[in-house]
Amino acid sequence: MTRLRGKALLLAAVFLAGCAPYAVLEPQGQSAGSIAGLLHLFMWVCMVIWVAVVAALAYAALKRPTPAAGSPLQSAAEFDGKANWIVGSFVALTVAILAVLTLSSYLAGKTIADITGTETVTIHVTGYQWWWDVEYEDTRPDRTIYTANELHVPVGEAVKIKLDAGDVIHSIWVPSLFGKRDLIPGQHNELTFIAEKPGVYRGQCAEFCGFQHAHMGFTIVAEPRPAFDEWRREQLAQAAIPAALEQQQGRDVFLSRGCGLCHTVRGTDAGGRVAPDLTHVASRQTLAAGTLRMTMTDLARWISDPQAIKPGTKMPKADLDERELDAVVAYVGSLK
Amino acid sequence: MQFWLPTVFLVAIYRGQKSDAAMMRAIMLLALLVAPASCQREERDLTGSVPEKPAAGIEQSVLHPGDGNNPAPARSKYEETAFDVAEGKRLFQWFNCSGCHFNGGGGIGPALMDDKWFYGSSIENIVATIKEGRPNGMPSFKGLVPEKEVWQLAAYVRSVGGFVAKDVAPSRNDDLNAAPAENRAPTPSPFNGKGP
Repeated sequence: MTRLRGKALLLAAVFLAGCAPYAVLEPQGQSAGSIAGLLHLFMWVCMVIWVAVVAALAYAALKRPTPAAGSPLQSAAEFDGKANWIVGSFVALTVAILAVLTLSSYLAGKTIADITGTETVTIHVTGYQWWWDVEYEDTRPDRTIYTANELHVPVGEAVKIKLDAGDVIHSIWVPSLFGKRDLIPGQHNELTFIAEKPGVYRGQCAEFCGFQHAHMGFTIVAEPRPAFDEWRREQLAQAAIPAALEQQQGRDVFLSRGCGLCHTVRGTDAGGRVAPDLTHVASRQTLAAGTLRMTMTDLARWISDPQAIKPGTKMPKADLDERELDAVVAYVGSLK
Repeated sequence: MQFWLPTVFLVAIYRGQKSDAAMMRAIMLLALLVAPASCQREERDLTGSVPEKPAAGIEQSVLHPGDGNNPAPARSKYEETAFDVAEGKRLFQWFNCSGCHFNGGGGIGPALMDDKWFYGSSIENIVATIKEGRPNGMPSFKGLVPEKEVWQLAAYVRSVGGFVAKDVAPSRNDDLNAAPAENRAPTPSPFNGKGP
């Protein structure tokens, strides 16, 4: 008996441990906070109602029929009155609960919507199979930043994201910061959010969009305003000029073997606009839309055979020999 | 496979009129066994493999004028899978082939949707054209576009001309397109009595 109780406790502990680091339940922003509050309210209200209904059902099922009640189909006038009272009060209770839930849902939606229009940063995100194209808008066109799969935002300020899709429907979701919003081809959507604490938050495509939907992630880095401004200044700069000989050879391979047909490295001849901008690719934390960490080893794995890591990705396996491959990895890894 | 099911049912109904029920049951069972075979989906080769080995040095066309001993054009697996042709269509836009050939109608470069081919309409010839370039404007993409992608592009160019099967050629675009979809392109008429 004691052993059984021990096992049950262990099982319960394991299940509860699974709940701890769940991003939806640990909101770090106003929008996610409203949604989490709504989630808790609905969960507790529905749980209490469910328990009450099951208890009433169990009582009705297990109750011994009293012989004095007579035929259940033949109702007495006094019982009719009692039933009216019971049913009436439960209808009133149901209406009241639904009204409270509807009102709280409306208030949460209003909190999320009220941030709109107060933004200090506007980011244009376009979803493609299977990566995120990111463009920081500015009133001066020469201060526009192009990057991919990583957004930096200032802490405590409202940030607007304009959403478009380049091929199929995607959906943007950062559970710690905001709820889902769809990216639809031909339809422009927007969302505004505030990150309240500095940190690195993982985002994910939340609408099945094909083969590598699960490998369509991104990161949001929330940092204080000075660090954000510094990052923005760094991103505006041209690509680093390769210093080492291997890196220079890598740049030559990059430009002569067609990498620039799809990718842009600002400051060089590579100007393709159909794949992620690589000008500062090594400054990002992840590679291939959150699939790999940005390390030299993973970079080499990715460039040598993208189809082995992310089958179906639009990045082809390049026909490069070992020497060319090492050089390209050294060059791309130097693009800080 | 699609013709099997109706035939089996017709036979079953016909036999059921005068024969015993056991026979009909057997036929129905057969139909049930046969039906799942039609669920098979086309296989997509996602590796970077190219079975056709790239030739060393400059690739030259096997076509030559004069005698009638030109080899029959071989078919490639790339023009027999809808996935590869569709990938070729994506690359055609990505690499701005339409900058000269437009959507196959031709303009700065020759049209791809007619039956007149200066340098041969077979897939090897189109691959050679993309890789080596041709006089008067067609640049060489050798070394820039990986081998497999060249074959996918060539397969798509074949579909623009109506040379690939209708169930393989891409269907309509999501956006406006000036021409009918590739799978509605007319089959080119034989040239010099030979099929394309």
